[in-house]
Amino acid sequence: METRWNSAEQETHTAGPQRRRPGEHALPRIATRGDAYDTGPTEPSRADGMASLLGWFSIGLGMAQVVAPDFMHRLVGVNEGSRDNAVMRTMGMREVGHGVAILATPQPAKAVWSRVSGDVLDLVMLGRLLADRRNDRTRVLGATLGVLGIAALDYYTARQLDRVGQQAAAVTREPGILTKRSVTVNRPVEEVYAFWRDLENLPRFMRHLESVRVLDGRRSHWVAKAPAGKTVEWDAEIVNERENELLSWRATEDADVHNEGTVRFSPAPGGRGTEVRVALRYEPPGGVLGSKLAMLWREEPGQQVQDDLRRFKQVMELGEIVVSDATYERGPHPAQPPAEV
Amino acid sequence: MKAVCWMGPQKMQVRDVPDPKILSPGDAIVRVTSTAICGSDLHLYNGFLPAMEPGDIMGHEFMGEVVEVGRNVKNLAVGDRVIVPFPIACGHCRNCERGLTSICENSNPNAYMAEKLMGHSPAGVYGYSHLLGGYAGGQAEYARVPFADVNPFKVPADLTDEQVLFLTDILPTGYMAADMCGIKPGDTVAVWGCGPVGQFAIASAYLLGAERVIAIDRFDYRLQMAREKAGALTINYDDVSSVPDVLNDLTAGRGPDHCIDAVGAEGHSHGPMYLYDRMKQMARVQTDRPIALREAIMACASGGTVSVVGVYTGLVDKFPMNAVMNRSLTIRTGQCHVHRYVKPLLERIQKGEIDPTFVITHRMTLDEAPQGYEMFNNKEHDCEKVVLKT
Repeated sequence: METRWNSAEQETHTAGPQRRRPGEHALPRIATRGDAYDTGPTEPSRADGMASLLGWFSIGLGMAQVVAPDFMHRLVGVNEGSRDNAVMRTMGMREVGHGVAILATPQPAKAVWSRVSGDVLDLVMLGRLLADRRNDRTRVLGATLGVLGIAALDYYTARQLDRVGQQAAAVTREPGILTKRSVTVNRPVEEVYAFWRDLENLPRFMRHLESVRVLDGRRSHWVAKAPAGKTVEWDAEIVNERENELLSWRATEDADVHNEGTVRFSPAPGGRGTEVRVALRYEPPGGVLGSKLAMLWREEPGQQVQDDLRRFKQVMELGEIVVSDATYERGPHPAQPPAEV
Repeated sequence: MKAVCWMGPQKMQVRDVPDPKILSPGDAIVRVTSTAICGSDLHLYNGFLPAMEPGDIMGHEFMGEVVEVGRNVKNLAVGDRVIVPFPIACGHCRNCERGLTSICENSNPNAYMAEKLMGHSPAGVYGYSHLLGGYAGGQAEYARVPFADVNPFKVPADLTDEQVLFLTDILPTGYMAADMCGIKPGDTVAVWGCGPVGQFAIASAYLLGAERVIAIDRFDYRLQMAREKAGALTINYDDVSSVPDVLNDLTAGRGPDHCIDAVGAEGHSHGPMYLYDRMKQMARVQTDRPIALREAIMACASGGTVSVVGVYTGLVDKFPMNAVMNRSLTIRTGQCHVHRYVKPLLERIQKGEIDPTFVITHRMTLDEAPQGYEMFNNKEHDCEKVVLKT
């Protein structure tokens, strides 16, 4: 049987960036930020679902007002003499506008607030209808109560969406991009840690690094490849290290490229090698927008880190990086031997 | 050198391409003496696998002579005669260490592509799309073999190419199909598909102690081979209305203890269900036609094993999961972990317990490969297995 539920094994299994242990406050804040990033804000909230429901409701109601203004006048109890189809149609188009705005944006908070203002307008008009004794006041009252109910729902949803947005902003307020990836390496933790701890090894598997030169026990000088054959350089310092467990580094204050990283090492359950978990935060050269563009060409940071970790695993397990005929040179081409080596 | 290149669906060409070179110190270069067209190559031939580039060199069943080794290679020397298993093993990852070489964690440099489709990546395979690594295949005059200390197997000089060539794929694949069933004395095994893998699955089931093996196909020449060379009891599914009914009849209501799917993604049948699958496949709503698999599940005895070695390329529809779950079926699958079977099967060949040459119906030159593909795909001239000599 492979499952042995002794406490020591569970301990190693759960020990990762997800879990805080006593004294963990000494870690760079990156790990805890990472935890927040992983949970709440990225998941669609219930408010999002309610917003799209309201969006479709707007479109349905608006279309009815545009297509069948007579029926809608009758429904809310307007007397025949006061009916103005043009007004009803305009109101309908406004209603459709709310709906489209809500459904078209990924952050519909503002669009839902626009519904709240529409509700106020509706209520004002219904108030005027109520004052006119020629109207069917039971129907007008019913319509008013309906709008009041919907208005309350709109208000509640808009507030909820605002709150979720603020939480997300609190996380993304930190500059740059946070990436977390992991890999399991079929080598003992001591060996894996020692290889990574010698920072000059990093360019062997981090494709975007040209070189790392160790200056002293804490500081190192990093050179990375940048677009158009340029390079960027910075000094980094180790801010935390626990042998065979953890290593954190950070670019020094005067660096042009702000970046920091933490890598954790833990024995895989059952003695099956070493789990390596990396969290990186960096400001991409083109800013967040630049990184979004880069994603179009698969140069998305998460994928980059994942690819680097895969190469790390290969270097640790095989001493080399695996190439095929199709990957020896970059860019799409048939799986044929390269013309030149 | 000359190589068989995929230029598009049903378009194979023999072209001049650069010779392979040592790209890593662990590589070896093999001068190919014999290679074969595999039934799974037909999935590429028919364009069912994504991530092919025009010009890709085909072929994952090949053997030959080592002509060059990288400086780190220790187990191999120039002049060695070797067969090369189709899955590329790194030899050092956890899966390789426990003998599961077709799911090597390191040998697919395009693992990120495979991960998107399959969750995790299997091993790299020669000449089997960029999804499985983008390695040049062995239907060529020369081939590069990575991790040469663990991949090629030396073969004795007294055995001919034809006797050992199928150790690269189809013989161990058929054997693993039977092995995964956990056959006990007295068991009845049914095998869907009498292509070469099916033939070897039948023969292997007997080697592993099956009482009787029932084979299912629609081509009489293949069924005849299954009867005469492998000893199966055969059913031509074009002649019966329901294969599971016939199997029930043959087993007096219990169903076969183990069912092997040696068909995979491009199954055939008759009736409305087949047309439905065909249409969905043409409309790209499903990629595979799991006809044999569905039948195998429905026919299998309760508590039995469904062993799948036929290749699937994407998604299947109408998967009878309630039969699997409620009747305690075990499904076992996998691309063959060839490396773990080479030595025991080589011994069986040497002892005369199995002669894999019985499946060969056509011998051609590398130049004739495009005709070989067409003939094999269309099942013309009673084609069962094409061996290409270089």
